[in-house]
Amino acid sequence: MSVVESIPVREDPTPSSSSAVVRFAGDSGDGMQLTGSNFTQATALYGNDLATFPDFPAEIRAPAGATFGVSAFQIYFGADEVTTAGDDLDVLVVMNPAALITNLKDLLEGGLIIADKDAFTNRNLARAGYTTNPLEDGSLDAYRLISIDITKQVIASVEPFGLSHKFAVRCKNMWTLGLVMWLFDRDKQTTIDNLNAKFAVKQDIAKANIAALNAGNSFAETAELPSGIEVYKIQKADVLPGLYRNTTGSEAMALGLIAGGQLANIPLTFASYPITPASSLLHTLSAHKEFDVVTFQAEDEIAAVCAAIGASFAGSLGITSSSGPGISLKGEAISLACATELPLVVVNTQRGGPSTGLPTKTEQSDLYQALYGRHADTTLPVLASSTPGDCFDVAIEAVRLATKFSTPVLLLSDGYLANASEPWIIPDLNDYQDFHVVHETNPEGFTPANRDEDTLARVWAKPGTPGLEHRIGGIEKDFETGDISYDSDNHQKMTAVRKAKIDGIDRFIPEQAVSQGGTQGELVVVGWGSTFGAIHQAVKQCRASGSDVSHIHIRYLLPFPANLGELLEGYKKVLVTEMNTGQLVEVLKSKFLIEMQQLNKTSGQPFKIREIMDAIHSLLGED
Amino acid sequence: MNAPEKLTLKDFATDQEVRWCPGCGDYAILKCVQRLMPELGVTRENTVFVSGIGCSSRFPYYMNTYGFHTIHGRAPAIATGVKLANPELDVWLVTGDGDGLSIGGNHMLHVLRRNIDLQILLFNNEIYGLTKGQYSPTSQLGTRSPSTPDGSVDMPLNPCSFALGSGARFVARTIDTDTKHMTPLLRRAHEHKGASFIEIYQNCPVYNDGIFDYVKDKKTAAETRLVVEHGKPLLFGADRQKGLRLNAQTLSFEVVTLGEDGVTEGDIMVHDETNKSLAQMLAELKTPDYPEAIGVLYCRPEQSYVDSVYQQIGTVRAKKGIADLNLLLREGHTWQVE
Repeated sequence: MSVVESIPVREDPTPSSSSAVVRFAGDSGDGMQLTGSNFTQATALYGNDLATFPDFPAEIRAPAGATFGVSAFQIYFGADEVTTAGDDLDVLVVMNPAALITNLKDLLEGGLIIADKDAFTNRNLARAGYTTNPLEDGSLDAYRLISIDITKQVIASVEPFGLSHKFAVRCKNMWTLGLVMWLFDRDKQTTIDNLNAKFAVKQDIAKANIAALNAGNSFAETAELPSGIEVYKIQKADVLPGLYRNTTGSEAMALGLIAGGQLANIPLTFASYPITPASSLLHTLSAHKEFDVVTFQAEDEIAAVCAAIGASFAGSLGITSSSGPGISLKGEAISLACATELPLVVVNTQRGGPSTGLPTKTEQSDLYQALYGRHADTTLPVLASSTPGDCFDVAIEAVRLATKFSTPVLLLSDGYLANASEPWIIPDLNDYQDFHVVHETNPEGFTPANRDEDTLARVWAKPGTPGLEHRIGGIEKDFETGDISYDSDNHQKMTAVRKAKIDGIDRFIPEQAVSQGGTQGELVVVGWGSTFGAIHQAVKQCRASGSDVSHIHIRYLLPFPANLGELLEGYKKVLVTEMNTGQLVEVLKSKFLIEMQQLNKTSGQPFKIREIMDAIHSLLGED
Repeated sequence: MNAPEKLTLKDFATDQEVRWCPGCGDYAILKCVQRLMPELGVTRENTVFVSGIGCSSRFPYYMNTYGFHTIHGRAPAIATGVKLANPELDVWLVTGDGDGLSIGGNHMLHVLRRNIDLQILLFNNEIYGLTKGQYSPTSQLGTRSPSTPDGSVDMPLNPCSFALGSGARFVARTIDTDTKHMTPLLRRAHEHKGASFIEIYQNCPVYNDGIFDYVKDKKTAAETRLVVEHGKPLLFGADRQKGLRLNAQTLSFEVVTLGEDGVTEGDIMVHDETNKSLAQMLAELKTPDYPEAIGVLYCRPEQSYVDSVYQQIGTVRAKKGIADLNLLLREGHTWQVE
């Protein structure tokens, strides 16, 4: 029998019944991401709204017990609309001392710690920087602590399967998951199904993991937890009716690109080079060869974008994807696509920078790069997705703009969006308007310089079409004929028409909407990209307590929606919130000449709701 | 279906004024290619010329086919994208020693390794022409140029050795003005499915004039050229009395003369273009110690990357059936909220 070490008395043992934030933390080899994703599935099926935030180190397998190797998975779920992974933790599950010391600061006072005391060895304590064992020295008195000999329990529970010690201990995460599932009244069945599927050819491993899961669950259920620890009753959320699934941003992005290709009725060529956190897009698309998408892992970032451009020249839609440093390398080629006016989609899953920076953390610091980061006058549309599910729609929109205007399009995502998951109402492709691409086939009056009168898009004639043989390239071309031209007036004219084409896109995109609050008032919080969830909740909560604040979230960063300037002028104060040192705010100020305030964060972590609420209250003079 | 009209050289020439310097070796290559195209029986619409940056890379503007003059060094990557999107296209890649082996060296390596089905024409004039005469990665040691006024000090790269080392399955060498040699060589390159790499010794009359005279000058050519042909002995010289004999002890060639010291034709190494080791040895031959090999040094076809990619796609599609995105979206765990 195990012993539960210490349960401090707490006056209100049940935390907020409307929501909870749980974080699983352990060594990068402890399986915390798997634990988290299984808990997420069970939570979605339970009927809570939820959002997750996987936070893992750059090291694949850091030395066991090292603080820099701690991998965490956070989930926020509840009865109300959930749009962030949560500010503070109600429950912290730690598999070792390093996980405790690096995550404790986020736990609410009185929050619950579940710890594997078997991992709190002298060696691990020292490695984490503890001089005494926090499970025993009273330093955790402000919290509720369940200290369990999880390792021993696991080994006992999987003993019948005859696994080696190493494999037996690996079932620790499932044991812990079983316990946490009991705590929140989640159903184990999807996890059991997942384990059976994952280890279909290793039945003993599947059985051992399931046994561990059940053992953890029974451990909690058979009243081995002391009084004061009860099942949390989180009410089901009142969410929009529909068929749901969970999605991460990169999954939705991949599916959105496929959808865009289908709506455009054009094959896709996706060329990329591995880089964290953008690679999952390449992985996902490579696994779907049944769709009209050819994937190519190029020798470097430059080759990736160039192959995509070559594919677009050949009549497919070329797509490339990377993170900031890789986008830098692609710069020259993107300008070639601007000069030759070929369709191209460039996805930037932003990460903390500069250089290698924080490759597994999130930031929005590549906005300037997206807008300006190339040589010469090369303006191109820039879009940003705001939630995991939104990645689907924005990917479709990027394909639409690229093909309609024969232009490269830059699509900004970030590490948080790419990895975070949320329940998503599954879209029906039949609900989307198609935008079939029509390649030129008529030789009558053809020159490669022909443009659509309305959109100014250059004609797209693909090799293989008789009578339309033509040459394109990086040298400036004559406005009328498309032949090489060094004429100065012609260059002026070509520069102007390339710019006019992109500027004119604002006639073909929706007007900027106000996502919450009135179209005028005391204050508007302006954001873009993955800050949506935090701003949305902050504005919602402030409005609920009477603040006059609205929320505008910008998807079209270049060109801006035509009404944006006028809209912003309707507010007395404008607060631009970004995970960078203030890039959108500078762009907006220079474009609209409006005074603005800014709220910025560059810690590699998403905004907390409270941080934005504090800024709102402060600007409104509220305490 | 109408019978395809018989095309001529003129059909493959554009109306654009050719802007290379007078006397540039590129003219001869252009004419040779334009003349060859009708003979290959290809259509203009299915032919694509892709180039990078440099004098050679202006080539596409003069070919009345589809063409893409891209950016410095990246033509192999762009051509790869073209083939990935449409494997049916007949794609030629035109590059130079700077474009293809310096800034674009990495892409050249990988396009050869992947065996993308392209004809790659590398115009080697051992100098940067368009940027006004700096030394290049193939310039001979000691080349004086604006950037190396006291002579270059880095070792030159041998393009054919590089290609072989990169895993190319077709490696050949020819000379800009030798149309008779170049034409059948290009025809073979075109027939070869996979990456066909052809180094063309090309004269730059402005910045590196005459560097290949030793193989071009009729007076010396017989002694400095080794025209290799599959299955034929490696003979050269005015009366083809000289030959290469393999010294098995040193694993190197010896120049020998038929009839001297009892040497007979049976002693002469016979060219086997499927032998990669031999190809490497031939690629490295340099005057004045040896004649320089021209012709097909190596040809050993292997499936191209693009064919393998589509084969894999075919297998997956046959297994998975008709793709339906709405079904894919609904795969896995879903739940209904009423």
